Amino acid sequence: MDEILEASLYIFVLASFLGYAVITRVPGLLHTPLMSLTNALSAISLVGSLILAGAGEGTMATVLGSIAVFCAMTNVVSGFLITDRMLKMFKRREAPKKTEAPTEGVNAR
Amino acid sequence: MRETFISLAYLFAAGCFVLALKWLSHPTTARRGVRTGEIGMAVAIVATLVSAEIVEYQWIVLALVLGTALGIPLGLLVPMTAVPQRTALSHSFGALAAGLVGTAEYYLRKPDLDASTMVALGLEVVFGFLTFTGSLIAAGKLQGIVMDRPWIYKGQNLVNLAILLSALVLVGVLVADPSKTYLFPPVIGISLVYGIMLVIRIGGADMPTVISLLNSCAGLSASMMGFVLDNKLLIIAGALDGSSGLILSIIMCKAMNRSFMNVLFGGFGAEDTTAGAIEMRPVRSVDPEETSFLLDASRSVVVVPGYGMAAAQAQHKVRELCDVLTKRGVDVKYAIHPVAGRMPGHMNVLLAEANVPYDQLYDLDAINSEFAQTDIVMVIGANDVVNPAARTDTTSPIYGMPILDVDQAASVIVVKRSMRSGFAGVDNELFYLDKTQMLFGDAKTVVGEVIDELSRLPTREVAGV
Repeated sequence: MDEILEASLYIFVLASFLGYAVITRVPGLLHTPLMSLTNALSAISLVGSLILAGAGEGTMATVLGSIAVFCAMTNVVSGFLITDRMLKMFKRREAPKKTEAPTEGVNAR
Repeated sequence: MRETFISLAYLFAAGCFVLALKWLSHPTTARRGVRTGEIGMAVAIVATLVSAEIVEYQWIVLALVLGTALGIPLGLLVPMTAVPQRTALSHSFGALAAGLVGTAEYYLRKPDLDASTMVALGLEVVFGFLTFTGSLIAAGKLQGIVMDRPWIYKGQNLVNLAILLSALVLVGVLVADPSKTYLFPPVIGISLVYGIMLVIRIGGADMPTVISLLNSCAGLSASMMGFVLDNKLLIIAGALDGSSGLILSIIMCKAMNRSFMNVLFGGFGAEDTTAGAIEMRPVRSVDPEETSFLLDASRSVVVVPGYGMAAAQAQHKVRELCDVLTKRGVDVKYAIHPVAGRMPGHMNVLLAEANVPYDQLYDLDAINSEFAQTDIVMVIGANDVVNPAARTDTTSPIYGMPILDVDQAASVIVVKRSMRSGFAGVDNELFYLDKTQMLFGDAKTVVGEVIDELSRLPTREVAGV
C-alpha cells in the first residue's frame, strides 16, 4: 500500500470515530440543525470542484466542474443560513410570565 | 510557500469543522459553532482560489455567484415545515457535485488510474449519483410531488439488489482495467436508476431514516472524492458528514424498532388498512368547552405533538394555549418522540419557531417517567408514537417500538381530525380507553376554540399552587 493512501485511510477512519464521538453528544433537540450543518460542511467538496473547473483542462472538465461549483456553493450558502436561522429560534424560558416577549437581546451575537 | 499556506489553511478549516460540531452539543453554544464552520469554510475557499492550479476564473465566478443566488432563498425563505425537503434537496446537490467531479476526474486521468484511486472514484460516482436521484425522489415525496405511498411489486428486492450489484461489478471491471471507457456511462446510469428504485419503495413514515441514510451516502461520496483528489480536508469533512448521517439513521431505526434491512427492504406502511370495521368501536368525545374545564382544573399538562399538528399549522395556537394554561398556574411540558416530524429533530424546530422555549421540550426518556404524575396529556396530531400496542400486542407491526406512555396519565385528550389510522396503518387502542376523550376537528381550529373558552372562565386562584 502506498503511503499517501495509507495516510488517507488513517485520516478517514480517525475522522469517522471523531465524528461519532462528537455527534453522539448532540442532543435530539438539535438534530435538524445538525443535519443541515454537516450538510454545509460536507459541501467543502467545493474545493475539489473549484480546482477542476478552474484548471483549464478542457471543456468537459470546465463544464462539469462549474456545475459542481454551483451545486456545492448552493449548499454552503443555504446550509449555513438555514442552520443559523433555526438555531436563532431556540430560546430558553424567560422570567416565568412573559413567554411571548422577544428575547433577541440574549441570543444576538 | 504558497503550497504550505494552502495546506495549513485546510488544516485550520478541518479544526474549525470539528469545533463547529462540538459546539452544536448545546443550544447556548450552537450558533458559535455555525460561525466557526463559516470561518473554516471561508478560509478553505479563499485558500483554494489562490492556489496555483486555478488558471481560469470566469466560469468559477459565474458558478459561485449563481450558487449564492440560489442558496440565499433556499436558506432564508424556506418555511420550517419544508426543511426536510430542503435537506433532501441539498443532499442531492452535494452528491451531484461529487458525482460530476468523479466523472470528470475519470475521463481526465483514465489511462493512469491506479487500482486504489479507481476504487475510491468508483464509489464516489456510485454513491454520488444514487444519492442524487434518491434524494430528489425523497424531496419529491416530502413535498407531495411524488406519490407518498411506497411503490412495491413482487420480486422488487431481487431486482434492486441485482441493479446495485451490476453497478459494483462494472466498477470492479474498471478497477482491473480503467481504460474500458465504455463501461463508465453505464455505471452512472445504473447508479441513477438505483437511487430512484431505492427510495420509491419507501413510505412516508420511514422518511426520517431515509433522509439520514442519504445524508450518510452523500458524506461518504464527498469523502471518497477526497481520496481521489488526495485532499485530506475533504476526507475529514465527508467522514464527519457520513458518521453523522449514520448515527442519525441508527437513532431513527431504534426509535421505530426497525432494522436498516427492514426499512430498505421491508415495505412497511404499505398495507392500506385505513378502512375497516374495527374503527366503528365507540369512543368518548369531548367538545372544546369541556376541554377548557378539564384543562383549567388540572395541575400538570403534557402536550404530545405529532406531524399532524404541523400539517394543520397549529403549533402557534398550541403554544398560545400553553401560555394561557401556564398563566393559570398549570405546569405545561411538551413530549417529543424522536420520530415526531419528518426528519430527525424536526418537531423541536417547529415548536421553537412557534416560540416554545426549548427547556419545555422533553424527549422520550426524560418524559416517560413523568406521565404517571400527569393530570392530562393532550395528544395533538400524533398517533403511532402513543399507541400502547407497541408495548402489549406482539402481533402489531409496531410492536417493540419505544412509545410515549401517555396511557399512564390520569386522563388523555386526543385532538384528531377523524378516526383514521396513522402512518403505520395500525388501529390505536389508546383512543378506546376509558380515560381517553377525543376532541375531533382541525387542530388549529379546535385549539383556538379551547383558548376562547378558557378566556371566558374566571381567573383561577394560583395562590395555593
